[in-house]
Amino acid sequence: MELTATAPPRSGRQAAPTAKRRKSQIGLAFIAPFGALFALVFIVPILYAAYLSFFQDKLVGGNTFVGLANYGKLFQDPQFWDGVGRVFRFTLVQVPIMLIFAMALALALDSMRLHGTKFLRVTIFLPYAVPAIVATLMWGFLLGIKYGLFGSLNEALGTDIDPFSPGTTLISIGVMVTWAFTGFNMLIFYAALKAVPRELYEAAAIDGANEFQIVRAIKLPALRGSLVVTIIFSIIGTFQMFNEPQILPSMVANSGVTTFYTPNLYAYNLAFTGSQQGYAAALALVMAAITIVVAYAVQIRGLRNASDQ
Amino acid sequence: MRPISSRRLYTVENPRKSTTLTVMTGLFTLYCLLPLGWLVVNATKSQADFVSSFGLAPGREFALWDNIVQVFTYQDGIFSRWLLNTVLYVVVGATVSTFLAALGGYALAKLDFRGKRTFLLVVLGSISVPGIALAIPQFLLFAHIGMTNTPWAVLIPSFINPFGLYLMWVFTAEAVPTGLLEAAKIDGAGEFRTFLQIALPLLAPAGVTVLLFSFVSIWNNYFLPLIMLKDPDWYPLTVGINQWNKLGSTAGNGALIQNLVITSALLTIVPLIIAFLSLQRYWQSGLSLGAVKG
Repeated sequence: MELTATAPPRSGRQAAPTAKRRKSQIGLAFIAPFGALFALVFIVPILYAAYLSFFQDKLVGGNTFVGLANYGKLFQDPQFWDGVGRVFRFTLVQVPIMLIFAMALALALDSMRLHGTKFLRVTIFLPYAVPAIVATLMWGFLLGIKYGLFGSLNEALGTDIDPFSPGTTLISIGVMVTWAFTGFNMLIFYAALKAVPRELYEAAAIDGANEFQIVRAIKLPALRGSLVVTIIFSIIGTFQMFNEPQILPSMVANSGVTTFYTPNLYAYNLAFTGSQQGYAAALALVMAAITIVVAYAVQIRGLRNASDQ
Repeated sequence: MRPISSRRLYTVENPRKSTTLTVMTGLFTLYCLLPLGWLVVNATKSQADFVSSFGLAPGREFALWDNIVQVFTYQDGIFSRWLLNTVLYVVVGATVSTFLAALGGYALAKLDFRGKRTFLLVVLGSISVPGIALAIPQFLLFAHIGMTNTPWAVLIPSFINPFGLYLMWVFTAEAVPTGLLEAAKIDGAGEFRTFLQIALPLLAPAGVTVLLFSFVSIWNNYFLPLIMLKDPDWYPLTVGINQWNKLGSTAGNGALIQNLVITSALLTIVPLIIAFLSLQRYWQSGLSLGAVKG
């Protein structure tokens, strides 16, 4: 990038190697604060967690080195796999629904055919600014049968719908997550559409293409790159689901949310209420590895598809 | 008013508005606004009205001011303490993380140093490490060195924003002309002064974007302070509100304070919504920068 800028020729007063060495030290000085803190909050914790994952706190003998026993236990732990299965199923259903909404909304806003485009765009993005705890409280009250709309609805219609029963809680969480993140994804798509040169549409219109043909031939291909990005962000987000299932049980009595509802909730409960730190560390690392592998697979596929075009 | 001229008004840039499309988008907007509207309506109800009246209808008395006063006085006014904690975490965290991202992004774009490629690879790779999966290892480490239950346990992790560093790097490469930097150095300015006085002002638009997104993510952070802090005196708003929520619903034992939970939730999101609405230009340009480059 800096190759394109014109740099004045370096004066011959200083010997080149000295100047270069001095310069490299300054670069390091600029990057050092970020680098040192990055090591403290990213690298060292992961190494420390890896170290801890080889130990178990036993009643007799205290903290004992157990080799890979925690990992062996994890792979045979039905509660862990129950949570993994749940976030996978959730991702498979919720992410496509959310991204289809986001894409349709971005296309609608970009078509310039809406009244009040600006207002709609900001309003759809607004939920992103709301903390997950507040979102869960609002939706928990709003959907709940005790104080919420479904209570009134059941009363009026004589029905017996409970959005927070063991069978329906995950759907309600889907409603909350879709509410919170559709706008964010919509804006990423919208930004990608805005980057398409407008002349392309004019040329297509002159060639007699209608709106739908323009969407299919120009706009959807232009969204491919951001689709990969949004899928990856969404997978990372849903795989680490925690806030909603952690908060809901304190709001509704029989939500069906267990202590191992999602892998992160399980890790949290193991580390804090069960004080099985080694096991929790192993779980966090395995879950991070699963997430990275899935995200990476999506990226490879996305890139391959893009190069096929 | 002649038909020909009115037809000419519809171009690719300015096509005919569609009511159907507006209504369909409007329906989704309703979904976005419904819980926020519910929150506003119910923040105006007394506890008695909240329990007895229909969710979207106003209560018999308008109790918003009473609720706000109660929020700030309940439990010896601990809410103000939570608010100040949140402001502390947000101001210090967002400022430091943005400055470090600018410093690092500038070094990556304009300076050479050994190990640059490795650094980039590791830091950009870390963007895909899920934050919550990282929080438990962070907690274990911080507990080991005795830093949990202090504000530092919340502040230090918020200082590092790999995505902010990436945005700053991309933006520096595009918006800061190398010739200008060379000229400043020929005039005798040191590297750091050149950065502060020449580069930093040019980086302001990207800086505001990174600042805003750090602001939101720290303000909204729940998991990290939840695990790092035990002492309610250091809680941020998010963790504090959930404590009240649990208090109000421990079947029968606790006092029912849903009106306080709802009003404090409203007070928590108002500053964020104001920040977002007033700084629209910045987050939109920042997102497009990320979207186009990513």
